Amino acid sequence: MAERFPSPFDAEVPAGAEGWEDLYTYSLPFSDDRRDYEDSTFWFQDGIHWADPLTPWEATWYEYALASLSQYNTRHYLIPPALGIDYRLLNGYAYLSPVPVLDGAEIEARVPQFMERAGFYFENWDDLYAKWLVKMKALIAEMEALTFQPLPEKEDMEVITEGHGMGSGLTIQEEYRKLLNLGLKLWQYHFEFLNLGYAAYLDYFGFCKEAFPNIPDLAIAKMVAGVDVDLFRPDDELKVLARIVVDNGLEAQLAGGMSALEGTPFMDHWNSVKDPWFNFSAGTGWYHTDKIWIEHPEIPLEFIADYVARINAGEDIARPTNEIRKERDRIVDEYTELLGSEEDKEAFQGKLGLARVVFPYVENHNFYVEHWAHSVMFRKMKELGDVFVKEGFFTDRNDVFYLKRDEVNEALWDMYSGWAVGAPARGPLYWPREIGRRRGIVEALRGWSPPPALGEPPEVVTEPFTIMLWGITSDSIEMWLGAGDDDDADLRGFAASPGVAEGPARVISTADEIGQLQEGEILVASITAPSWAPVFGKIGAAVTDIGGMMSHAAIVCREYGLPAVTGTAFATRDITTGTRLRVDGSSGTVTVLD
Amino acid sequence: MSHEFIVWFDDYDPGHKPRMGGKNASLGEMTDAGLPVPPGLAVTTEAYETLRSNSQVASKVRGLLAQVDYDDLAGLRSTSEQIRSTIEAVGVDPRIETAVREAYAELSKRCNVENLPVAVRSSATAEDLPDASFAGQQDTFLWISGADKVVNAMRRCWSSLFTDRAISYRHETGHDHEVIAMSVGIQQMVEPSAAGVAFTLNPSDGDRSQIAIEASFGFGESVVSGEVTPDNFLVDKVILEIHKRTISPKHTELVLSDDGMGVVWRNVEPERQRQPSVSDAELVEIARMAKAAEQYYGTPQDVEWAIDRYLPEGRNVVLLQSRPETVWSRKRRRMVARPNSGFMDGIVSTLLSPVHTKVKAATSTEGEDGREQASE
Repeated sequence: MAERFPSPFDAEVPAGAEGWEDLYTYSLPFSDDRRDYEDSTFWFQDGIHWADPLTPWEATWYEYALASLSQYNTRHYLIPPALGIDYRLLNGYAYLSPVPVLDGAEIEARVPQFMERAGFYFENWDDLYAKWLVKMKALIAEMEALTFQPLPEKEDMEVITEGHGMGSGLTIQEEYRKLLNLGLKLWQYHFEFLNLGYAAYLDYFGFCKEAFPNIPDLAIAKMVAGVDVDLFRPDDELKVLARIVVDNGLEAQLAGGMSALEGTPFMDHWNSVKDPWFNFSAGTGWYHTDKIWIEHPEIPLEFIADYVARINAGEDIARPTNEIRKERDRIVDEYTELLGSEEDKEAFQGKLGLARVVFPYVENHNFYVEHWAHSVMFRKMKELGDVFVKEGFFTDRNDVFYLKRDEVNEALWDMYSGWAVGAPARGPLYWPREIGRRRGIVEALRGWSPPPALGEPPEVVTEPFTIMLWGITSDSIEMWLGAGDDDDADLRGFAASPGVAEGPARVISTADEIGQLQEGEILVASITAPSWAPVFGKIGAAVTDIGGMMSHAAIVCREYGLPAVTGTAFATRDITTGTRLRVDGSSGTVTVLD
Repeated sequence: MSHEFIVWFDDYDPGHKPRMGGKNASLGEMTDAGLPVPPGLAVTTEAYETLRSNSQVASKVRGLLAQVDYDDLAGLRSTSEQIRSTIEAVGVDPRIETAVREAYAELSKRCNVENLPVAVRSSATAEDLPDASFAGQQDTFLWISGADKVVNAMRRCWSSLFTDRAISYRHETGHDHEVIAMSVGIQQMVEPSAAGVAFTLNPSDGDRSQIAIEASFGFGESVVSGEVTPDNFLVDKVILEIHKRTISPKHTELVLSDDGMGVVWRNVEPERQRQPSVSDAELVEIARMAKAAEQYYGTPQDVEWAIDRYLPEGRNVVLLQSRPETVWSRKRRRMVARPNSGFMDGIVSTLLSPVHTKVKAATSTEGEDGREQASE
């Protein structure tokens, strides 16, 4: 077994991607300046959020997210043993590293402050969460109100008569800066509750494991899982729409697409729920190429057609929420009964209670941030891209994502300056050439296969996110280290959702390919996004490279009663489409049968 | 169908307990609780009483026992043989014989098998100590087929109250030979495709949320005797998830002999050795049954079960025996909650302890090493 993972400094740059580092903020790539630190640290690839290389602009929100997460651990709540999560790019791929507090005295000193600060949040959770919903919706509305208009041939008369004393060139630059600020604010809001939510969940989780050393993680998760979860709402609405199609005999119109459905009860319901619920990404919400349902209605329509077929085949597609609730109560009652003393029962109820208070946030925030707000953000950026296209800077609206965030300011300045002076801007000559070069680099990076981890393995992992969300534990690290010398063909991962299934594999590398999945096939992917929920009705099982018990993927797989093994690290690398697999979601093993 | 000499397991009520002996009462209780016990009946202590009240036999036995030197093993054995042949030589009261023959015919009819193979089992009890257990002291006769043989086996059960081992056990434990009573159980023999034991807690750490199952092909004696390293499974008691499985190579199995009168060891074909001995659906049924036994008795149980090879999946799991688990049940349970600590203390200590040690993904292993030991 290897003792350490490859050094980030030994990674080869794929042919055609030379100079990739310059596409990103100077602090993002590994560099000789911080080599001693970077080479002696443990880094893992975050394929849950960033399974593909990031474009220069997409890297912005990667930075915003990780800095915001870290800030709460380090500076707001003073999580005693954990600072933030450091982040880098290697060949355009995201690598993360939890930063522990190593000095025992410092940990001690942080404890009372943590108790005071986090304690306040726990005690006032419901009020603060209600506030959060209000300010999050206000933030999204503010983002939605941003406009990026082409610069006018001449300013409106109103600018003169109202004495504005400023012009459109300043406005467009301001609007972009506002977008960036709203983005950073969005990510600060995102982590206002999440770290604490995970900490409370881990405390409850730890109690369960201590009382019942062999309790499956799944049982622990089931006891807190919400029944009415916003993240499931988009899929639930698809089912409602499918029911409307069946009840009104709209099958033919459905096949004809959105225009054929115009004026039907289907459209009435669609219009009443599309905003916000169909601001839903078919991917993880981190890439400009991720398709949003509201912009690509063909995606939800295909899912609806599947549901219609199932309803017409006599299947009941509704989630049995009453049974789910009853089953959850039964599970809680039985475990409570198995505890040895009244004190334990009381402590269990207390911890379960707190976990249930925090869990709605854990389950729902993803819809508000990665789906809804990100949809709006990408839409606005594409509108800005259109402005650049009109001014001849770009040939495609999506070219905007090949600029670094601060380069967009420079390009806007160039555009504004040319407009103001009435002389040619440099952009139309500079950017098409440069963007062509950058697209080539990112394309070359796409062909690289990022190792699951880099550097020196840590002795212990304590950072709550690393465990909860990414599923990185000492065990998984050992598994990755030993992967090279494993003789048997079995892949190991997290037993994320129980059951056993056999079937042919279908390896999916982008969200666009999920339409290829056939009845009974086993979905093999880096990750499975919540928005893939509708295909879970027909596949036999799911296997992912990355993800822990509480990853978004695991939550949704359990919800749909599908065997799943997550965090295998190498499934998409080692398995090819068509290979017959046996997936044991109870033990976390994937066996190649052929 | 209550009778002076016969109590069917499915007619059991607690009033019958003193007349049935511990073992039979337990089978009756489990049947009454809806547990899938193979059908059968008890020949009551009243039947044995007809023998004991035979003054000729009683005085002969008393005389023989009076002369025993308990330190002389050979002498003890010869006394035992004399007593047993005395008892077996006495004709069975015709009322009892008729009742037993009729009951056996009825049992065969219920199981839809002519001359049903049955187990004829001693179930001894002490009149003054209704709960006294003499488990294993008396004989059990397996694969008995036909009414004559059943009646004969019953007589031998009665006489087995006087095996040398039983005599000396009672002497050592201070039980009076005179006040021992005996009921005899007659129960359908199950020919299992697989069998084993189930504990309603994890014997390796006392975890009450688990059901540990050991299973092997054929009769369960292979598991109990340790002749075979059994397959080992851990099933969560609440969500009934099989989350740990160790499939061991099982080289040999105990099966019914060709003449149907007993069991023989047989090699397991190589391709079957590493196959799981029970299906997932069967495991869940076994767990469900063990859990029901625990709920019925109100304390962790150690259960013997079998898969009846002639019944379809779904109703093929049968319960052979359930008794209280004694190792962990007697230990004081450690408290998990920390007294006088607020919720923030819990969260801090969770953050400070390396949580990952508690977060072990269940893994599936194969082989014989590092296996958990089932406790008795």
